[in-house]
Amino acid sequence: MAHMNLWEQLIYYYAHNGSYVLAQFNRHFLISVYGVLIAAIVGIPIGIYIAHHSKLSGVVIGIANVIQTIPSLAMLSIIMIGLGLGVNTVIVTVFLYSLLPIIKNTDTGMRNVDPSLLDAGTGMGMTKTQLLRLVEIPLSLSVIMAGLRNAVVLAIGITAIGTFVGAGGLGDIIIRGTNATNGSAIILAGALPTALMAIILDAVLGWVEKKVDPTA
Amino acid sequence: MKIAFLSMEHLNKTYSGGKVAVDDFSLEIEKGEFVCLIGTSGSGKTTTMRMINRMLQQTSGTIKLNGKDISELDPVKLRRKIGYVIQNIGLMPHMTIRQNITIVPKLLKWPQKKMDERAKEMIKLVELPEEFLDRYPSELSGGQQQRIGVVRALAADQDLILMDEPYGALDPITRESLQDLIKDLQTRLGKTVVFVTHDMDEALSLATKIVVMDDGKIMQVASPDEILRHPANEFVENLIGKDRLIQARPSITTVGQVMLTNAASITPDKLLKEALKTMHDRRVDSLLVTDDANYLKGYIDIEDIDYNFQTATSVGDVMHDDVFYVQSDSLVRDTVERILKRGFKNVPVVDSEHRLVGIVTRAALVDIVYDALWGDDDKSESKADSSQQGGAAQ
Repeated sequence: MAHMNLWEQLIYYYAHNGSYVLAQFNRHFLISVYGVLIAAIVGIPIGIYIAHHSKLSGVVIGIANVIQTIPSLAMLSIIMIGLGLGVNTVIVTVFLYSLLPIIKNTDTGMRNVDPSLLDAGTGMGMTKTQLLRLVEIPLSLSVIMAGLRNAVVLAIGITAIGTFVGAGGLGDIIIRGTNATNGSAIILAGALPTALMAIILDAVLGWVEKKVDPTA
Repeated sequence: MKIAFLSMEHLNKTYSGGKVAVDDFSLEIEKGEFVCLIGTSGSGKTTTMRMINRMLQQTSGTIKLNGKDISELDPVKLRRKIGYVIQNIGLMPHMTIRQNITIVPKLLKWPQKKMDERAKEMIKLVELPEEFLDRYPSELSGGQQQRIGVVRALAADQDLILMDEPYGALDPITRESLQDLIKDLQTRLGKTVVFVTHDMDEALSLATKIVVMDDGKIMQVASPDEILRHPANEFVENLIGKDRLIQARPSITTVGQVMLTNAASITPDKLLKEALKTMHDRRVDSLLVTDDANYLKGYIDIEDIDYNFQTATSVGDVMHDDVFYVQSDSLVRDTVERILKRGFKNVPVVDSEHRLVGIVTRAALVDIVYDALWGDDDKSESKADSSQQGGAAQ
């Protein structure tokens, strides 16, 4: 192997461990997406609620902010105490970190809806639910999407260190590389797909975000 | 007793913190009326309007629509029956014009076909091309958007339309064309409109009834003509503005208000000698002839006296009885032209029982025309001078 340069080694690694990398890629992707999805299911309603109850807004965003400041490795370890080793611990960590961007953006998006539109909607006889479904959510969707996009990129990074609690994913390959002598190629073999995944998802969600922007 | 279409009784609105926004507001509105609520900002006009569709809840008092207390109705159902147009237009930017127009029909679950037809009908009503139905609000100009805003409030056959300074943000030309539009639609479709504005010109040209408000209280409720003719108090006068009152003067002033009351007159049984003496004393060249009860009989002028001095003795023998006169309660607007055309130097004014009450001279007419054109304040003196000379030269 020593006669090959870094790129040749990398290609060699992919050639021999292709299915393994793909499996880890898949696992990594799912862990991130599950975490963000659960955070969206919980966070968007919270965001909507606090946008309508501005007194709560400060408290909730404050809590989410505190969660965000805890170093991710520390958070993983703390949650591991409760949930033990494995995938669930990482998903919960991703969930907690995704909450802030999702709640914050939902809150901001809802608040930025032109008050005169709400006035017009209510004045025309929309119920609260109709106002939410027909006016508020469509108009804040692009800001909410921007939050999801942030959360996904964040989640991919956090999932990479999930390897320390035995969750698998592309982090496994990176750690394997750091443990090996002359493991640069293996580090790259894990790091490159991780970065690629983040970039592609960011681009896709960015496109969706533009698509749902009503003002564009 | 006839039930008013919309009646508001002793409405009060006090905000938490004690600010009184509306104070004992009572008003009855008949079907087909165009009511303008006018006042300075903070006068409670918008607050009052918003209580009608329960966007705000009054502190006390009742509002009845078709005799039904609206506080017993479901606010959502109530609002779907009342058109609502706001200053910021409030078209949904994520919906096409078609969807915007049919928001309320959709809330009322009309079938799709009926909604499509209605959208087409509505866009025709405001003289916009049908292609606009598939565009988004941002592709339309402000004036076009507010046209859509107006028909959106009509699309579900609402009988009552509330409009909150709908044209406040538009330029004067667009505003005028939209004013014509709403006035036309309102009369043609027989809608009842409650229109909030702070623009007196707008209120005067649109309203059938103007409600002037200040500090939450009603200052005056009257027709535009009535309000120009008899402003209830100084506040109303100021709100109308001096300029407008003066400009409106020729159109609403009665002859009685501008006539001179010291008309030189004489009874028919007097001698010509006495008539001549009266003329000399009053420095006039003609006299009006009235009987003892002041009934206008005719007139006599200096030429008649000169010509008949030798033959006739009493005023009654030589007076002209074909005198042209005007009623004191007729409008100057209607009489000024007739007076000028006939070339009289002056015209007697009589009351409804044909008694002489005064006289309108050409000089008085000059004053009216002058006021209407230049106002009675300190506008450029040179202009005033030249207009007077011009008048004299004729």
